[in-house]
Amino acid sequence: MSKFEFPPSISSRPVWGRLEARAGKHHLMIAEAEGAEAIMDIATPDLMAKSHIIYIPKGTDYEEKLKALKPGILHVGPSYAASLPRIRRVLMDAHMGLQVYLTGTEGMMGQAMNEAVNAGIPHTGIQTEHRGSVARRMQCVHCKGITEDVELDPFVCSHCGLNLFVRDHYSRRHAAYQGVCVDAEDPGNVPEQKRIYE
Amino acid sequence: MSGATKIKVRVTDIVPLNDLVTRFQFEPVDGSMLPTFSGGAHTVVEMKDGDRTRLNPYSLMSDPANRKAYTISVRRDDEGRGGSLFMHKKIKVGDEMVISNPVNLFSLDLRAKKHLMIAGGIGITPFMAQIKQLDRSHGNWELHYCARNEDLASYARELTSEHPNDVHVYYDVKGEAIDLEHLLDGQPLGTHIYVCGPKGMIDWVRGTAKDLGWPREAIHYEEFLAPKPGKPFEVKLAVSNKVIEVGEHESLLEAIENAGVDAPYLCRGGACGQCETNVLECDGTILHRDHWLDPEEHDSNEKIMPCVSRFEGKTLVLDR
Repeated sequence: MSKFEFPPSISSRPVWGRLEARAGKHHLMIAEAEGAEAIMDIATPDLMAKSHIIYIPKGTDYEEKLKALKPGILHVGPSYAASLPRIRRVLMDAHMGLQVYLTGTEGMMGQAMNEAVNAGIPHTGIQTEHRGSVARRMQCVHCKGITEDVELDPFVCSHCGLNLFVRDHYSRRHAAYQGVCVDAEDPGNVPEQKRIYE
Repeated sequence: MSGATKIKVRVTDIVPLNDLVTRFQFEPVDGSMLPTFSGGAHTVVEMKDGDRTRLNPYSLMSDPANRKAYTISVRRDDEGRGGSLFMHKKIKVGDEMVISNPVNLFSLDLRAKKHLMIAGGIGITPFMAQIKQLDRSHGNWELHYCARNEDLASYARELTSEHPNDVHVYYDVKGEAIDLEHLLDGQPLGTHIYVCGPKGMIDWVRGTAKDLGWPREAIHYEEFLAPKPGKPFEVKLAVSNKVIEVGEHESLLEAIENAGVDAPYLCRGGACGQCETNVLECDGTILHRDHWLDPEEHDSNEKIMPCVSRFEGKTLVLDR
């Protein structure tokens, strides 16, 4: 099962939606891992003919299933970073009316949303649907380093080595949640690690 | 006192532009500087006509950086409630008037990479100020301006001579019209649309953009509704414990004000939402005319916008 119901939280926490086919002549769909399923759920021959799908497998194997939908363009990229030049190029050439669909982890959707917003699409006009891993992209508020795919709370900053508590405070600009030192007052007194939504 | 802060001004210039449109210039009576504003802002002009006071909103069309004077253009409406006729017939250079501080309900979204402006008739006025503002900041803009004929296209000559490449004018009498679908299709990502003109034009632009997949947040529009006359009716104001009569040519908001009750407002045209009032009791039909409340709120009859909406029926009690 690739869907997860996030518990309610503070208002800074992003709320992800459910993809739906929208009117428009061009559709850019970025799917990471199980996100491919969200695209399969809304695919119609007409929509697919007008779609450019960028699929980042991250160990999953939906390529043949996506190919069977006969999208206008299907590009399989080894990672988000490797797909970024293509995403930017598609946005640069795009016109108003382009529909953007983002589906996969929060980290990927947040970063791709930044690209789309910088290209000129209001963030409320971009569709998202969370699928797959609930791991977070975290920014250490102390050294500003980003640690990807954080599943456990607290965790060790991959840049400065501080023990960080996973917070729900989110930065749209960084497309990351904040990680705050958990043992600043009493160094070494670190709570036991557990999964983020445990 | 409700509404934006007031400014005492003197009329320093009146320029008739054509059969229907006249331009008025205001300068502060005390010689001080006017507040700056942003393109798209309007001012509410107080018109003291005998024992009757009208408050009408007009878009500011002067350069937003010019703090010495504001200008507005008033289109004469012979069938209207008389505000524009009062301005055309009674106001002379040298008269003192009271206007409100500028209020902007139609501002540019400066995150846009391109501003695509669509004007119909007198709807050109907010764009006059926006274009001056964008020119100063080297903004990327384009104007499509529709008018009945050359005489009534009040600012077409000025605009086309200053901006020959960015201004496109269409005359109804020549059978010219915007090829809207073609215009919207192919606009670069980050384009925002601004439309000001008759209701039909606004609906047409919003509908076409929606069908082409434009996000709602990239479409901006302004339509001031003049309160329409209607059958007189009676209203009870619960908080002030008064029963008032709304005359045929009077808006509900004006009747409330005339009864000495201070009611909030800003635009007086059904757009800004300031005058939203709770309905405590309603036995009859509220004639909703605003575009602030959504259709469910209109149907619920629990709220009314007294600046433009009216009532027909037995009893209406407002929380005011």
